[in-house]
Amino acid sequence: METISFIIGNFGYIVELTVQHIAIVSVAVGLAIITGVPIGIAITQNQRAADIVLYTAAIIITIPSIALFGIMIPILSTIGQGIGYLPAVIAILLYSQLPIIRNTYTAIANVDPALREAARGMGMTSFQRLRKVEIPLAVPVIMAGVRTAVVMNIGVAAIAAYIGAGGLGTLISRGISQTDPRQLIAGALAVSILAITADFSLLWLQKRFTPRGLQSSKA
Amino acid sequence: MIRLEDLTKIFQTPSGDITAADRINMDVPEGNICVLLGPSGCGKTTTMKMVNRLIEPTSGKIFIGGEDVTSKDPISLRRSIGYVIQQIGLFPNQTIEDNICAVPDLLGWDRKKSRTRAGELLEMVALDPATFLGRFPKELSGGQQQRVGVIRALAADPPVMLMDEPFGAIDPINREVIQDEFLRMQKEIKKTIMFVSHDIDEAVKMADKIAIFDAGQLIQYDSPDDLLAHPKNSFIADFVGGDRTLKRLRLIRVEDAMTKDPPRVTADDTLDKAVNLMEEHGHISIVMVGPKGRARGVVYLSDARGKKGKVGDSHDKLPVSVHVGEDLRTAVSSMFMHDEASLACVDSDGIYKGYVTQRGITHLLGATYRDQ
Repeated sequence: METISFIIGNFGYIVELTVQHIAIVSVAVGLAIITGVPIGIAITQNQRAADIVLYTAAIIITIPSIALFGIMIPILSTIGQGIGYLPAVIAILLYSQLPIIRNTYTAIANVDPALREAARGMGMTSFQRLRKVEIPLAVPVIMAGVRTAVVMNIGVAAIAAYIGAGGLGTLISRGISQTDPRQLIAGALAVSILAITADFSLLWLQKRFTPRGLQSSKA
Repeated sequence: MIRLEDLTKIFQTPSGDITAADRINMDVPEGNICVLLGPSGCGKTTTMKMVNRLIEPTSGKIFIGGEDVTSKDPISLRRSIGYVIQQIGLFPNQTIEDNICAVPDLLGWDRKKSRTRAGELLEMVALDPATFLGRFPKELSGGQQQRVGVIRALAADPPVMLMDEPFGAIDPINREVIQDEFLRMQKEIKKTIMFVSHDIDEAVKMADKIAIFDAGQLIQYDSPDDLLAHPKNSFIADFVGGDRTLKRLRLIRVEDAMTKDPPRVTADDTLDKAVNLMEEHGHISIVMVGPKGRARGVVYLSDARGKKGKVGDSHDKLPVSVHVGEDLRTAVSSMFMHDEASLACVDSDGIYKGYVTQRGITHLLGATYRDQ
């Protein structure tokens, strides 16, 4: 009951934190798409490069976020950005690389060799092949990677409150330090709702972006 | 039209060099279907893929229409050659229309022109444009997809086509249908075609010339009939099969094997006349024709001998006849089925044109061996 009245009483503030939270995640994942998709496509050309990139991305994702923030403080302090928004975005950018690169790589590498052969045989350049055939076919799988990245990093962004990045984590961290269950529950609830909403809306987007010829007739 | 000169491909592998094609020399005349035939790994596909440079030759030259294409830009070369593969490879994210227009789009054709052409091509393979242009590949049956695969290769009207086991993935019944359809189309479009197959029956049916490969070498390059009648060595004899002479039946049309202007009777003739005619020609039966020359019935010597009266009153029904445009395989099959030693041949209007006999066919097939 107290929690509910807290939420009602501070609704504006919670919305503000949610917007901050979304800003961190969307900017970071947006940048991750811009970097990760081309990397994922590029490494389909070279098995060794693919192994190295995918292993590196997998190692990065195993670093606990708290530790990653800690590592970045001295490095980013040199440009006066040791804490706050920038390290949060960088951390999420790094964490998003694995699902996005791996899904892009898998999707492109798994395009039916017959399609590639047909495209090559009719005289498409490798760029035309990517644009007309391989990327359209890979989009649903790439979008699934983006979805994973977003949902996972909504959680990571909550922890970024500890380095002063703002967002819904602020409520949680404050709830813990002030032993105030109202803030703690309100923050946790808001993060969960945000994650679920993001998951569903991205799923909808993923379906929208699936070429019609690939959609199963039942869906 | 397509000429290969000492065309060679050596693949370098960790376990040593593999010669996939060894100094191949051949010439495919304009408008011909040349089937490259052989067991897997014989070099037929490698040879074909060197023509559009999907595989770069190690040495040797390829000429298309007199032009040496070994130094041409491979991208523009491929756009000028139709290419059909066994797995079809229709782009699932594109409509049938866009699939067909793939090469014209690459060539920068006017959109309206290419879309009109897509509709015309669909009509050529008996698919309704209004129904199919907007569909996606997965909404088509295997046979329909393969037809689209073929017309996609024809979209930019290339003079030369390469087909890599194009009908290999289709069930036997539909394969026959599509093969016949393609042969009918080829009569009009007269493309120069290199066609890879591992099926001798398909090769005999489709080819103007057959090239048989083994272990990277072109062993024999001949017309289907010559190849079946005179295999160059035991490898080819084995490959074309012990029943190779039977396969030749497919290559000969009834028209070319029948005895023309045969004796005949009409309903008004007397049985005496019929008997005389049969004895004169040494036949045991004679066909009765109607006023316009249509085959109407038959009189057997054993029935008519010694009887009086008109043919019209005592003839039998003609048990079976064969169209002059059919191949001899169909004719022989009919003879066996109806236990007949000879068969009346009729044209599309039912006019009696001639007859074929089992003896005559045997004689014809044997001629090429006796000449040796």
